[in-house]
Amino acid sequence: MAEITLQLLALQLMTGIALGAVYALLAIGLSLIFGMLTVVNFAHGAFFMVGAFFGVYSMGLTGNFWFSLLLVPMATGAIGLLCERFLVRPLYGRGIDYPLLLTFGLSYVLIEAMRIVFGIEGLPSSTPSELRGAVNLGFGYFPLYRLFLIAATAVIVFALWFFIEKTRYGLIIRAGSRDPEIVKVLGVDIANVWLLVFGIGTAIAGLSGLLAAPTRAVNPEMGISILAESFVVTVVGGMGSLPGAVIAGLLVGIVFAMTSLFAPEYAEMSIFVLMAVVLLVRPQGFFGKAGLMS
Amino acid sequence: MPFNSELIHPNRRSIIVAGAAVTVAPALLNMANAQTTPIKIGFPVPLTGAFSAEAQDQVRAAEIAIKEFNDAGGFNGRKAELLVRDDKLNPGEAATRTLELIEKDKVDFVVGSLSAATQLSINAVCRDRKIIFNSISQSDAINEAKDWSLYTFHEALNPHLTAGAVARYAFPKFGKKIVYLTADYAYGHEMVRGFQRAGQSLGAQTLADIRHPIGAADYSAFLPRIQALKPDILVLCNFGRDLVNSAKQVTDFGIKANTKVIAPVLLYTARQAGGAEAFDGVLGGTSYYWGMEDKIPAAKAFNDKFRKAHGGSVPSDYGALGYAGVRSVLQAVLNAKATDSVRVSITLRQLRYNWYKGEQFYRKCDHQSIQSVIIVESKSKNMKDKYDVFNVLSIESPDEKNLRSCDEMGHKVSA
Repeated sequence: MAEITLQLLALQLMTGIALGAVYALLAIGLSLIFGMLTVVNFAHGAFFMVGAFFGVYSMGLTGNFWFSLLLVPMATGAIGLLCERFLVRPLYGRGIDYPLLLTFGLSYVLIEAMRIVFGIEGLPSSTPSELRGAVNLGFGYFPLYRLFLIAATAVIVFALWFFIEKTRYGLIIRAGSRDPEIVKVLGVDIANVWLLVFGIGTAIAGLSGLLAAPTRAVNPEMGISILAESFVVTVVGGMGSLPGAVIAGLLVGIVFAMTSLFAPEYAEMSIFVLMAVVLLVRPQGFFGKAGLMS
Repeated sequence: MPFNSELIHPNRRSIIVAGAAVTVAPALLNMANAQTTPIKIGFPVPLTGAFSAEAQDQVRAAEIAIKEFNDAGGFNGRKAELLVRDDKLNPGEAATRTLELIEKDKVDFVVGSLSAATQLSINAVCRDRKIIFNSISQSDAINEAKDWSLYTFHEALNPHLTAGAVARYAFPKFGKKIVYLTADYAYGHEMVRGFQRAGQSLGAQTLADIRHPIGAADYSAFLPRIQALKPDILVLCNFGRDLVNSAKQVTDFGIKANTKVIAPVLLYTARQAGGAEAFDGVLGGTSYYWGMEDKIPAAKAFNDKFRKAHGGSVPSDYGALGYAGVRSVLQAVLNAKATDSVRVSITLRQLRYNWYKGEQFYRKCDHQSIQSVIIVESKSKNMKDKYDVFNVLSIESPDEKNLRSCDEMGHKVSA
């Protein structure tokens, strides 16, 4: 075993944060949709995967990463809007397991659709040329793209926070999640608010898929395992809590990275142990409100 | 239209005639059988799952062997037929499909499989029913005495041989300090053992063997430690998508700058899925690469057949094994002038063949096909077309010495 130096620990921490950034992005979307609509979106991983496919495809077509960065969330968001309007909406008021089962099925439809369109092998994805290479952080070399990933996550999280906390629309969304009845009485079409929230959630899922694509293999099943990990993040952070999603996302990434360093065999298990411990000590998660699921 | 009254109210005579026909038919059919029943080869492969691209190529290439045999007149006018089944990369499913192939479809032989686990379960079924099984997937275990039978043949390379060949080529050239990043299951472990054994006599030193779960999406958490260890060589002992993902992330972390990255098995399909950038400079072993056609005439002939049948595309390594696996069995049928597994297994044991990659034969004690290992390096520049992805660095000639000995495999009778 190599000596554990401060440099190594620092690099490992950066790796964990970069990993956590993707978890946080996915968990934000999940939390947003659950917090507002009480829909557990099991198709979230599939939207992530669709975003990755669209991203690689549009980068291949246009050769422009930044353009794809705009296009992909719009595309997955649009699919999300259609899904909410025609599939999820008829199930509101029917209990939490109806939309859960529906989105579970939807995820398989999306996976099969990508298999039909792009083939079962997936697409080769490469890092955009302007973000290639590794940079010296003073304590070691770290891939430039992963630094970009961390920065992009910070920007997206900030933009979302600003939108929800500081704008009029955000105010309506927050009010709608607290008491939809009153908001309706005040003359707001709450159905449109929910539509928008679902669209934003799926747009962020697609965007995170695009952002993650250069770091991993793009194939139709890529959303399955990461969905499980994102659920761990939302449970640890507290279902429906956005700050919880971000903090828990980073924490899960760091725990995974640190376990990988000292006991690689247990890395995968470590995040589930973390979840179990959090659930024992604080069943609603870090920032969750007790009784949301009941 | 009036109903035919006889159909609704059959008279006594028609019942008697029908009864007689039913009694006589099997005998007639049996007589016809010898002339027209096809020679059936069951072909269980994972058409769905992580290795589906490789499996589909195996089918494509196997069909060429079937067509070739039939075009040449078959065996006494009997044509060959390929019965492809999806084993879903699941040992239980593979056993069930194989059992159906043998019991229900009455196949004469089984060729196929693409994973260490499924081939062992297919082998167990064939062994019990005394049907020849020619495996076209890598495994060390299948030729060991405890799993093996007279009906077990292994067309593919095995981890011991492949890893050994790569080690013999790479360790003297690139350095002796080795780190392994290993998928935590039989295949990964067998590969590491193969490297370490070959590395012993070459003075190689293992700095770390880092195990990752099979199917992991992210390897970045292992990479800072590998960077800190400063190995001469990083060996990626994983397969398929795991190899694609880890090669990509190793590239991102800049590890290639000071460390040679090698993979025991560098597949054409994995390289195509991962892209030129991720695999650039990665060195590995393979059973076959189409580009060796300028050195090996048999490869040229096989590639041309494949190109003709499949719109100009080239066969992959595992695909080529599908061709060789089926062709060997069919040639043995011709040599034996029989289709029962006992007699065919005798001629198959004696077969010396050159189907696509140079001279090959099955070792007598364990039926492992003795064959060459091709060392290739992935390239990202000077590619002539989309099929041109590797440089052939070296071809290790077939040599029994590179395998574990018959005694070591647990076989009492040595070759």
